[in-house]
Amino acid sequence: MSTLTATAEEPRTAPARPAYRVTGRRVLSSEWAKLWSLRSTWITLGLGLLFLVAFGLIAASRYKSGINSGHVDRDFTTSTAVSLSLFGTNFAQLALGVLGVLVTAGEYSTGMIRSTLAAVPRRLPVLWSKAAVFGMVALVVGTLGAFVAFLIGSGIVSGTPAAMGLSHAGVLRSLLGAGLYLGLVGVIGAALGALLRSVAGGISVLVATLMLIPGLISLLPSSWQDDISPYLPSNAGESMFALTHDSTTLSPGAGLLVFLCWTALALAGAAYRLARSDV
Amino acid sequence: MIDARQLTKRYGGTTAVDGLDFVVKPGTVTGFLGPNGAGKSTTMRMIVGLDAPTSGSVTVNGHHYARHQAPLQEVGALLEAKSIHPGRSAYNHLRALALTHGIPRHRVDEVIDLAGLGSVAKKRAGAFSLGMGQRLGIAAALLGDPQTVMLDEPVNGLDPEGVLWIRNLLTTLADEGRTVFVSSHLMSEMALVADHLIIVGRGRLLADTTVGDLIREAGGDTVKVATQDPARLRDVLAGPGVDVTGRIGSEELQVTGLTAREIGLKAAEHGIALFELSARTVSLEEAFMDLTRDAVEYHGSTTGIETLGRPA
Repeated sequence: MSTLTATAEEPRTAPARPAYRVTGRRVLSSEWAKLWSLRSTWITLGLGLLFLVAFGLIAASRYKSGINSGHVDRDFTTSTAVSLSLFGTNFAQLALGVLGVLVTAGEYSTGMIRSTLAAVPRRLPVLWSKAAVFGMVALVVGTLGAFVAFLIGSGIVSGTPAAMGLSHAGVLRSLLGAGLYLGLVGVIGAALGALLRSVAGGISVLVATLMLIPGLISLLPSSWQDDISPYLPSNAGESMFALTHDSTTLSPGAGLLVFLCWTALALAGAAYRLARSDV
Repeated sequence: MIDARQLTKRYGGTTAVDGLDFVVKPGTVTGFLGPNGAGKSTTMRMIVGLDAPTSGSVTVNGHHYARHQAPLQEVGALLEAKSIHPGRSAYNHLRALALTHGIPRHRVDEVIDLAGLGSVAKKRAGAFSLGMGQRLGIAAALLGDPQTVMLDEPVNGLDPEGVLWIRNLLTTLADEGRTVFVSSHLMSEMALVADHLIIVGRGRLLADTTVGDLIREAGGDTVKVATQDPARLRDVLAGPGVDVTGRIGSEELQVTGLTAREIGLKAAEHGIALFELSARTVSLEEAFMDLTRDAVEYHGSTTGIETLGRPA
């Protein structure tokens, strides 16, 4: 009650009122606080990290035991320490992408968005902050996971044809590329959540984009496939962290560029809807 | 200060808010009354920029809400629907809102104490009762120490102690010179706290008045008197500010401008026998019902039945 009664004694025009102000930095810090004050964040990030490391290690161990017993699985003939340790990227991207959807769509499903936008009625800073905060967190978790998976995985496969060290050409680029890819998947998840305003819808579109569409493309005539396939989000993203590239895939730089375009497209859609429609 | 001009909101074919013009002034509690579906919540959402008006405009302290540098310092709003993430604690919810404005931590503690949430501030807001949720919403509304406080149905779900707390809070806020704008569909609740009333029905402004005027206009303070000699009583009672009506040939008269006591005394003085003498005070509730009768969205209507009975 103290402040309320205190202001009562002052004239209404008193300059004693604290000068609050919404700034981009403050919206960022608010989104940072929001992210870490939910249990689901810790759980999902933990799962993402676990998937990335655990599946990489499982793949490396399977390869190693195949080599030892003399028959290498057909899938493993071209394996490298990088491709084995990054095997978990597919699963980690689900965890991080879903958390990205939750960061934005979760506010709509709970009604929190009304509080958020009442505090920041210019709206767009909220989207940029959410994308930046969660993108950075996903990038850090993804990069960390990729390096841990590689360091342990390359230890497991040392002495096999797949053996590789960090200093090997392209390895560092692949690992950083995987982290960056996962960071951008997080941003795309957040953008889809803000665009569709529904957790279920956001997750469905995310899974369809990253996992189902590449499969459906194989139904198209093969001449079309070659033209379209490399530019799909999933394939362009994979080019960012694949160690080897051939004529059917994009170079790492081009892959990054294409994937950035997809991210920007999703963000633009989200920004349009956020700025235009009622909540 | 809230200033709505020709404020209109349409959703597809339905008009939720239809050309509302009103001003909410500082220093008093203004009640925003109307039946369910009258457009109160939509109006409030437009005030804080959550919904964009189809036409017209509404400003707060001279500017559109979104144009203010520190919106939470201009308007603190409690909206009808829950606006929290159930997984976050009350403290973290308020802290996240405070961070956007650079509102210091001690102010968060202050509003938590003010709303009586001290013991549950670290608990997940999803586990809160309806009343606790309301208190958290009010704490959030007061966070920025706003000049205008806008509460949508604040007493919903509160226990009697909570209702009393809200009433005192609203009066205190208004006494401090703030603009207080409170919606309700309960006239009885409004009558206790509001000085000024803005009444809407089907999105249209029905009345912009004070509590006293509303009663007076609705024909309050009428005394019904039945007498043996209505003609003589008429003459006896006649005077400035006194209005006597009654059907010819009837024993009954309706008198305004005199109390039942005064009428009784005058009749006795002149030896006129009275059979009945009763003050009929129109309650605010009745005045409100009269005003909104045509504007109630969800009437127990009989038109549908009539249509059914009619040959097609």
